[in-house]
Amino acid sequence: MDFFTDHYNYWVVIFLMMVGLYTVISRGNLIKKVIGLNIFQVSVFFLYISIGTVEGGAAPIITEGVELYSNPLPHVLILTAIVVGVATTALALALVVRIKESYDTIEEDEIHELDHTL
Amino acid sequence: MKPNLILHVVSKFLIPLIILFALYVQFHGDFGPGGGFQAGVIFSAALILYALVFGLDAAEKIIPSHLLRILASLGLLIYAGVGVVALLLGANYLDYTVLGSNQIAGQHLGILLVELGVGITVAAVMLIIYFAFAGRGRE
Amino acid sequence: MIDILINITLLAFLAITSVAIVRLTNLFATIMLFGIFSLLSAGLFVVMDAPDVAFTEAAVGAGISTVLMLATLALTKGQKKSHEEDYEEKPSRAHRPWLPLAVVGITGAALVYGTWDIPGFGDPDAPAQTHVARYYIENAMPETGVPNIVTAVLASYRGFDTLGEVAVVFTAGVAVLLLIGGKRPKSSTSLKGDGGQDET
Repeated sequence: MDFFTDHYNYWVVIFLMMVGLYTVISRGNLIKKVIGLNIFQVSVFFLYISIGTVEGGAAPIITEGVELYSNPLPHVLILTAIVVGVATTALALALVVRIKESYDTIEEDEIHELDHTL
Repeated sequence: MKPNLILHVVSKFLIPLIILFALYVQFHGDFGPGGGFQAGVIFSAALILYALVFGLDAAEKIIPSHLLRILASLGLLIYAGVGVVALLLGANYLDYTVLGSNQIAGQHLGILLVELGVGITVAAVMLIIYFAFAGRGRE
Repeated sequence: MIDILINITLLAFLAITSVAIVRLTNLFATIMLFGIFSLLSAGLFVVMDAPDVAFTEAAVGAGISTVLMLATLALTKGQKKSHEEDYEEKPSRAHRPWLPLAVVGITGAALVYGTWDIPGFGDPDAPAQTHVARYYIENAMPETGVPNIVTAVLASYRGFDTLGEVAVVFTAGVAVLLLIGGKRPKSSTSLKGDGGQDET
């Protein structure tokens, strides 16, 4: 049981990561691909926060009478990564909009066909 | 879009509260959870809600897009400027200790200014991105 | 103990939601589920003692990125009259599921094998907890006078890092403006590569 609770977080993180990777490589729709990338990204966030968690620790805000805190460093890294992540997602979505305007489709297969017939 | 009475009344009630909360998160970030990144995103969420309910034109009257471009650069400039000021006062880049009379005061002022810069840039960039997407669909 | 139980339940919810996101073909429903996925993540971050991260994830993931994806969907849907078909993802012809499944399965198995050596979840003696983190927790308050260690590390100890992150956010905003700022060009269906000339 201890072995299970020790590693459960990491297994779910790996599962989410693989779901994201699968979405990116197996789906042809570009919006779906962006969502897959986002799931992959969130799984990395969980990996960092899981590593930073200390059993019985408190949130890293200094309070009187609390001795044990969680590791603040992963929180800092992930906090900024989330905001940078949404900015880059917006960039990807902007590219999708431009692709739609030039090719009139966002399905990968149809874009390939159009490229070959040009 | 047809005007919806419930949406209008509820959002008019909620938007000031969301903005107030964003300011609280911004300036109370030293003591509780919060800071520039969160406050910027919450602030922009309030204005995006306004744009969704009342239309993009009404939202652009509140914050015109050229002002947003200035604000986005201004936030980054404040951040980098704090570093340059520290440099001119004889310390390392982004070492806030020299900004105040003692170490604690200097660090406090530096963190406050830097978080303000972060908040302004994040809020402005999120609004720029939303306005770009929403404006693209306008004929 | 209750922490662990909530943790396990929420992570199971997350896994189920992610599978539903992959299997659904209606893009509108997918985006809504992604919003739920982000909200669940925010809850989990609170359970794992990271209120700052939870804050950001709730505002960004469930708020802004969902709105942006919906805006993209509205801009890219087809011109068909019926609303139902607009949001359907077309079945892919070139993509067979077996090869991606094999790739994902092998990669996942290798990663799970790697977890055998990771220190257990919540272990206070893990290497991540004993080096620089201990310094921050002990010295952040006396050195900066800011009780929130995350803010102290973000703005003071790692200020240079954060300056870079803000620059990245700014650059992404500029790039979005360059790509889709301005009005749509008049001949929007042309294929002959005049895409780069409209005003930006």
